[in-house]
Amino acid sequence: MEVPILKQGRFLIATIQAALSDADLLQLRRALIDKVIRFRSHGVIVDVTALDVMDSFATRTLRDITNVIRLRGADTVIVGIQPEVAFAMVQLGLTMEGVATALDLEEGLAHLQRRAARNT
Amino acid sequence: MSSSKRSANHMQRTVAQSTELLQELVAHLRQNRTQLREEWANRITEAQLLTAMTKEEIFTEATSVYDNYVETLATGTFEALQSYSRNLSERIIPRGVETHEVVGIVLLLRDVLARSLFAKYQGDFTMLNRILDAYEPAANRIANTVAVGFVQERERVIRQQQEAIRELSTPVLQVRERLLILPIIGVIDPQRARQLTEQLLRGIRTNRAKVVVIDITGVAAMDATVANHLVQTVEASRLLGATVIVTGLSPEIAQTIVTIGVDLGKMNTVGDLQGGIEQAERLLGYKVVPVADNALS
Repeated sequence: MEVPILKQGRFLIATIQAALSDADLLQLRRALIDKVIRFRSHGVIVDVTALDVMDSFATRTLRDITNVIRLRGADTVIVGIQPEVAFAMVQLGLTMEGVATALDLEEGLAHLQRRAARNT
Repeated sequence: MSSSKRSANHMQRTVAQSTELLQELVAHLRQNRTQLREEWANRITEAQLLTAMTKEEIFTEATSVYDNYVETLATGTFEALQSYSRNLSERIIPRGVETHEVVGIVLLLRDVLARSLFAKYQGDFTMLNRILDAYEPAANRIANTVAVGFVQERERVIRQQQEAIRELSTPVLQVRERLLILPIIGVIDPQRARQLTEQLLRGIRTNRAKVVVIDITGVAAMDATVANHLVQTVEASRLLGATVIVTGLSPEIAQTIVTIGVDLGKMNTVGDLQGGIEQAERLLGYKVVPVADNALS
């Protein structure tokens, strides 16, 4: 299932709607990087509210996305991790170090706007 | 007659004999009830058992224990004794009676009765032996039943108290818009730690918190499991977009944490709760300024 990526001003918003296969995740990575380059975006939000499981592959892919996008000079925020998912991830040692996180879409946008204001 | 049948017959005969002897024994104990009971009560006082109870109370309890004891010997069924000892334990545990005292008094009673048997059958050694053969297993089983009943009751009380402690839920409090505090008091076992984390994560979500202050001033000790759990809680909170500040680490806990080598690099720690709240306010962009015209100043 393809993840829709919306452009909102200088930011991109990818909302994951349902559990993704590994292939879907790789597709999301490619699509996000392409769009960051095409739209010269300053920030990316990946909304995972709908996910009730985050395995090691998903975690690693999200971290990769963040790192690749950082090389393009843009920030990534993961938003909407559910409390149960967060606790399970930590127990599995999937702490997503170096990846910015926020409570929900609104917080994520606020975070990106603060970062953008600081950089300009 | 086959040998197995013979041995079964032999068994039946022994059981019948032993029942008969027990009845004789019971008759003896009933006859000398007043005297034996008093001697037992005196021995209890001498041994300084049941110090939490008055002499009269000891005597009343001794009477009912004595009667139940003899009754159990007479009927050979332990159900009544089990429920009696549960009942007794329920009454005396809140008075602070210890396990060794309960076991001690039952063993004393066993000895007092055995002595009276020695005295009664001192002329007839064979008879004494046979009486003791009947008496000892029954007496030991009674002592066992009472002690087990007491310990079970105690365990039930302990379980009940644990439950009560667990239900003293730790509140997750909002002190400012987007700022939560989680004061932790008492012992944290893995189960409680888990419950705390769940409550905190849910609290972060419902209150849309950005900063959380976990205050552990009231926590006396912490082991590796709980310390690791605390680190996990901090990381899980971060995944929800909240920053955690831990305050009130006592010198002992700080040492423990360093000794067991928990990675505290990711933890934000501040000395006390006040400092933690002040730092949280700074993070959130609050500035608390005293008002000049204060009623108290």
